[in-house]
Amino acid sequence: MTTFETFAGTPKTAIQKRPVRLPSLSRDAVLPYLLPALLVVVWQVGSATGWISDRIMPSPTAVLRAFWETASSGALANDIAVSGARALAGLLVGGSIGFLLGLANGVSKLSEQLTDTTLQMLRTIPHLALIPLVILWFGIGEEAKLFLTSLGVLFPIYLNTYHGVRNVDRDLLEMGRIYGMSGWTLFRKVIFPGALPSIFVGLRYGLGIMWLTLIVSESIAASSGIGHMANNAREFMMTDVVVLALLIYAGLGKLADVVARALERRALAWNPVYQTQKEV
Amino acid sequence: MLIAPYQHPLAFIAPLETELDPPATRATVPQSEARHETPAQPQPVALRLRNVEKRFGDNRVLRGIDLDLEAGQFLAIVGKSGCGKSTLLRLLTGLDTPTDGHIGFLDGDGREMTSNARIVFQEPRLLPWFDAADNVAVGLGPTTSKVVARQLAEAALGDVQLAEKAGEWPSKLSGGQRQRVSLARALVSRPGLLALDEPLGALDALTRISMQKLLSRVWRELGATAVLVTHDVAEAVHLADRVIVLEEGRITLDLPVPQPHPRRHGDPELAKLEGRLLAAILGEA
Repeated sequence: MTTFETFAGTPKTAIQKRPVRLPSLSRDAVLPYLLPALLVVVWQVGSATGWISDRIMPSPTAVLRAFWETASSGALANDIAVSGARALAGLLVGGSIGFLLGLANGVSKLSEQLTDTTLQMLRTIPHLALIPLVILWFGIGEEAKLFLTSLGVLFPIYLNTYHGVRNVDRDLLEMGRIYGMSGWTLFRKVIFPGALPSIFVGLRYGLGIMWLTLIVSESIAASSGIGHMANNAREFMMTDVVVLALLIYAGLGKLADVVARALERRALAWNPVYQTQKEV
Repeated sequence: MLIAPYQHPLAFIAPLETELDPPATRATVPQSEARHETPAQPQPVALRLRNVEKRFGDNRVLRGIDLDLEAGQFLAIVGKSGCGKSTLLRLLTGLDTPTDGHIGFLDGDGREMTSNARIVFQEPRLLPWFDAADNVAVGLGPTTSKVVARQLAEAALGDVQLAEKAGEWPSKLSGGQRQRVSLARALVSRPGLLALDEPLGALDALTRISMQKLLSRVWRELGATAVLVTHDVAEAVHLADRVIVLEEGRITLDLPVPQPHPRRHGDPELAKLEGRLLAAILGEA
């Protein structure tokens, strides 16, 4: 958690006071990035020696150049903003529907009987298989992408919210009722915080599906966004831009996960698991 | 004096707020007796059970229980597992209704009232996402304003000698500390009836003894009627004014414990009573 501060900003005296802990801390900071860095080095060397053909895989420097070109023209920022907005809109719509359904079905027997079977059936349809139908319905506009992303995000969040609510400690629920809680108070003080760890699992899983769906739907039909950038580049054989698009997806995915983790740590600070866990 | 301007219904707890002395000195007897006599103290509840029966399907868990409990008395219910003692406690706290018969909760004038019991479970059942003080505030119910609730909760934590742990997560507390928080949660609303469902059952022997002392003192300060369910006969004799033995849903022994409080562990008179109780419970086995 404090790895980075210690690594970069601790005065020398402090380092001397704790000579044993420092090596392990800096090791924790470096280790996760060792493999990616090594891959980049091998890749660069491979490209420079001609071992990897430029048409199959551009060199890292070529990708960097592509990054610089698209970034300086403003196209990259625009594409990232468009894709990001789509992802967020899908997450918001699908996530809130899944969350509300999960809550309703976790709390109310009637709601569960009415909707759970239907949802479980819909869940088994791969949502990307709906693309032909979605294009027929919405054309290739924003609605199609919003619909698909929402649908993809909905189910993991629904399932985990439902599971979380159903698994709230019965003893705590009984205690809450005995101590006069009901309705909204019981939900706010017992059910929701109890379900939160599971909801976060759903959120992080949903984030993964969110990017996946967006990439696919943007490469099929879009006039802006990262997926469009990659697809466009393919038509002109610009492999460097294609690879750049992939890297940007990876970066955005990691960013979303980091934000979700930070939220999780903050919201679940009471949980012993998050009191000792280091950032991985 | 801090909460006086709110004119809160629980403002009678104001004396708690003005006690600024450290927790350790709260244990002294004169002070607790002074609180005992405050007119604003909530009325302890008297209990009247007539021919109470509880059946689950064909299983008659309680059969024809008649019991009168004076207001302010400490009653212990002992018996083997499955004898119906926890069921009886649930009936007494109004968590469950008897299949047959009548349970009356009586105020000081002998009029029937609704039960205002608070219960301490065998497990602390604290909300892990609330700190100790907020967990105690749960005992005040949702109508109390946040600021007042926090003040009352911190005062109640002081009563169980945990004032310094007010901001701690339950996961950071020891088993005994958690059970003390759960006791403070039951006490904070100053209930007329305190129900204790094997509250010390999960604690180690030494923590148990100090918790017994604490329970006894807190009960005397509160002035409430208390009902303790336990399978520890020594604990029953140490804490209660009266011990009943429950066997297959019937009261088979009703034993007064006349020794004055506070009691000492190892008192020979108590040991005699303990022996009688054990003989009664085990003799028929």
